[in-house]
Amino acid sequence: MLQSILSGDLPRSRVLSVALIAILIALALGPFLFPGTRAFATLGMICVFIIVVAAYDLMLGYTHIVSFAHTMFFGIGAYGVALGIGHFGSGFGAIFIGILGALLLSAALALLLGLLSLRVKAIFFALVTLAVAFAFLSVVTQMYHITGGEDGLRVRVPRELGPAFRPLDSVTGFDLFGFLGVLFTQPWNLVDGFRDAFFTVRFTGRTLMYYALFLFAGVIFLFLLRLVNSPFGRVLQAIRENEFRAQALGYRTVFYRTAVVILSALLTTFAGALFALFNRYVNPENTLNFELMIFILLMCVLGGMGTLYGAIIGAVVFVVAQNYLQDVLGALSEAVNVGGFVGSLIEPSHWLLWFGLLFVASVYFFPSGIVGQLRIWARRREMRQTVAEHQTESSAKERLT
Amino acid sequence: MADQQAVLETRSLTIQFGGHVAVDEVSCAFQAGTLTTIIGPNGAGKTTWFNLISGQLTPSSGQVLLAGEDISNLSTEARTDKGLGRAFQLTNLFPNLSALENVRLAVASSYRIGHIFWQRASLRRDIEDRARHYLDFVRLGHRADTPVSYLPHGDQRKLEVALLMALEPHVFMFDEPTAGMSVDEVPVILDLIANLKKQDDKLILLVEHKMDVVRSLSDRIVVLHHGQLVADGEPAEIIASPVVQEAYLGTSAGAPTEEASA
Repeated sequence: MLQSILSGDLPRSRVLSVALIAILIALALGPFLFPGTRAFATLGMICVFIIVVAAYDLMLGYTHIVSFAHTMFFGIGAYGVALGIGHFGSGFGAIFIGILGALLLSAALALLLGLLSLRVKAIFFALVTLAVAFAFLSVVTQMYHITGGEDGLRVRVPRELGPAFRPLDSVTGFDLFGFLGVLFTQPWNLVDGFRDAFFTVRFTGRTLMYYALFLFAGVIFLFLLRLVNSPFGRVLQAIRENEFRAQALGYRTVFYRTAVVILSALLTTFAGALFALFNRYVNPENTLNFELMIFILLMCVLGGMGTLYGAIIGAVVFVVAQNYLQDVLGALSEAVNVGGFVGSLIEPSHWLLWFGLLFVASVYFFPSGIVGQLRIWARRREMRQTVAEHQTESSAKERLT
Repeated sequence: MADQQAVLETRSLTIQFGGHVAVDEVSCAFQAGTLTTIIGPNGAGKTTWFNLISGQLTPSSGQVLLAGEDISNLSTEARTDKGLGRAFQLTNLFPNLSALENVRLAVASSYRIGHIFWQRASLRRDIEDRARHYLDFVRLGHRADTPVSYLPHGDQRKLEVALLMALEPHVFMFDEPTAGMSVDEVPVILDLIANLKKQDDKLILLVEHKMDVVRSLSDRIVVLHHGQLVADGEPAEIIASPVVQEAYLGTSAGAPTEEASA
């Protein structure tokens, strides 16, 4: 059962399995475990980026196609929904038209990119995608009357997905981290801490939207997992390993590469549409910016290229760091309370510096990403065990003879 | 043999790199059920000629014909589809995939299932069985799950041969299949090629330096020198020919297997 849901591609590491289960529970029960709007936004962004990074990994990790146009497709999806709702009003029909239009545009652009550039070598393809992405960004910024320029567009979601819609009243949640905090810092207040940890969840249309997002992220992830373990996925890996030989075996690699670019673009576009509905506001900065592209690349590499589970781990680690590393630094600088250079180093707004250092260290020590490294460790452990078994067997035999 | 249609033919096949003519007007035809060895000193154009036939290079002029059809303008993939199989001189595999996965890719190619994205690759029993069959064929069955990059050189060479066999082509092109193999591994590959020869509809082309191998296996020997075809005939006749002695074996005819032992 689990084998077929995960398409036979199990985590293959105990630590990874535990982490994935914990993430699954946290995302599934998130609105009931973590109070506050920031936690809610963090959960949603994790789901969005799981789709985006997994789709990107399909290109980067599984086929070794380096593209910088990924945010362009994300933006097309986000703006597609925003414009659809802007023109046709806050209905599901408008959303549908917006998504459909965005998917068509993305497919056409991806096909063009694929056909124009996949015949050239990797670095030139990357440069072409970079140029196209920048061109698209400036077009969106310039066309103020349609896209709102730098100001972006507000997305007036249907009432059922908005904060005013209250399908359930007074649902109770349990503040997990609050309780754990009490447990570790004031264990004598355990009973009070337990009682205080219960809070009232504002279950609104936004919560519904979150669950739609969560569901889509799960389904798309499992779909991609199936894809990379299918005959199609094997050919992608063959292209990654040795495109020349894949051709000599009779595979038309241009077809596969183009198909992957299009598929990845479509999924990313869809993720962009979901983002627009969840975030209810799109602008060039949160959908098309080059910084966002770098973030996607970071998540992919951090989690582990060529392992779809890496997309989950990378997205969780990055989005959580993005939202909470500032708090950690803030608490640290308050506790240490030094001025000057050292003080400015642990300034909360300098979180990206620390994240950058963590990233460099992780790439240096774990070049195959978090998931890759966990799998290497699990494999080593397994090998040590089999060696140990062999040794005990042979020494037992020796004793017999 | 002239009345029979050639399975593979090159007509005035030529390629120039700048001013250097690597393959110079080579015309040669091969019939099914034969094994031809191409010999010649290093840099004679043997591998380049192979590359022109299998489509890795495009000729400056001349044609390649497969069963009478001009395939000079087809891509490598299309030529493989038409039954032209090639093993490479420098090991050319998928390093991070397992040995079995490598062979499975070759088997799956002829099934044309590469577009199927909804089925688990490992569920195709028949493909898996055939892949294991070819892996056993080159005596690598026990290495099925080992990533290729962990295999010793000799095993990688055997796997290279297994990939070619798994394509089940009409034309087999072996480019120094035994290069870098240990002495006890060589007979495995040679037996395999000898067995292939017994299937009458196959055409085998072999680039090989070990003269004892060449003598025992070949029906015919073609000698290339400076990109030109300088001799073509029965093994005994070719090896005795003074042109070959000078061009390939050097003036001292006494040390023909010198290169093999290197």
